[in-house]
Amino acid sequence: MFDWLQHFSDWLIYSVFQIGASTRLGIALNFFVYDVVKILILLFVIVFLMGIINAYLPIEKLRDYLHRKKLYGLEYLFASTFGAITPFCSCSSVPLFIGFVQGGIPLGVTFAFLITSPLVNEVAIALFIGMFGLKATLIYAVSGILLGTIGGWLLGKLKLDHLLSDWVKKILANKLQQFEYEEEKLTFRQRLPEITRGAWDIVKGVVIYVVIGIGIGAAMHGYVPENFFNQYLGGGQWWTVPLAVLVAVPMYANAAGIVPVIQVFVAKGVPLGTAIAFMMATVGLSIPEATLLKKVMTMKLIAIYFGVVTFFIILSGYIFNLIL
Amino acid sequence: MSTIIKVLGPGCPKCKTTFHNVEEALKQLGIEATLEKVEDIEEMMKYNVLTTPVLIINDAIKIKGRIAQVEEIKALLK
Repeated sequence: MFDWLQHFSDWLIYSVFQIGASTRLGIALNFFVYDVVKILILLFVIVFLMGIINAYLPIEKLRDYLHRKKLYGLEYLFASTFGAITPFCSCSSVPLFIGFVQGGIPLGVTFAFLITSPLVNEVAIALFIGMFGLKATLIYAVSGILLGTIGGWLLGKLKLDHLLSDWVKKILANKLQQFEYEEEKLTFRQRLPEITRGAWDIVKGVVIYVVIGIGIGAAMHGYVPENFFNQYLGGGQWWTVPLAVLVAVPMYANAAGIVPVIQVFVAKGVPLGTAIAFMMATVGLSIPEATLLKKVMTMKLIAIYFGVVTFFIILSGYIFNLIL
Repeated sequence: MSTIIKVLGPGCPKCKTTFHNVEEALKQLGIEATLEKVEDIEEMMKYNVLTTPVLIINDAIKIKGRIAQVEEIKALLK
């Protein structure tokens, strides 16, 4: 699919810039050009497709659906899936959280949404397709959704409502029974400019991370010896997965910047499962997110939430390493 | 009665851009209006919104969950 791009990169670096195909610099630059262009194209396509889905499935509609339908336990899976397909913006997570509990959605179901929303997002998916291929992307997306489902269900079972901030409890006490939302009545043709602009804005917003991430990746690709990490992280020692996850939890990095670096780790010998777990912990949990959630939760609840999600990420890391 | 415009958002880049776009739209149209930035979550939730930023003109939600463009805002204010 991207053969033409490889030809273009070869031509640009080896013929136009006259940098030898066997030099480290040549290899690194070729890798850089190829990856940046490929990722930006994929990113735009995926974000654009998500934009179309979201135009027809606005978040208000999803909430309404979760509220109205009796789903017999499936609501966790639905909420988690919705979390994956709605575009994530960290600044929307708190209003979303409140909006959900206010609308009568159980806390566990809200958590299912909250876990998956950053964990599986369109930017990470686009980068995963570009760097690891479709199969790994599918595993990542499906396991992310399952993780949110199970995590949300468990958090719901723990009955944590009393650990919410006081003002949130007050909101819970007088839930809205009815909320109306107005669906914008627009044709596809009318929506198209807005969707395109939205996709373009997201791509523009992450382009710098893509360039930096792939830049670091390209440098490592050309200079770090094959199997370098194998000596330290690839030997299948049991502690590598928890270590990778625990290092990643407090870190905040954009998926656009972190995936290209991970790809090089994998190419140089780190098991894919460990790498996916590392990425999930980086994008799914972070100190800035905890700070935002402090507005609506007590520290204890945040700790439980982070603990449960961390545990499941570590668990999935082991499972990936077993099956991949 | 002068127009009251509110921009809801907890201070993320998108919210700042929206606020800036409103200022720009007002300047271009030469309209006087009360422009307010709502960053407090509790205050924000009174409007029952799920995604930010939100543009509110005279207590009616006009645009939510995305950046409002200058031209759009101008059209809404006319």
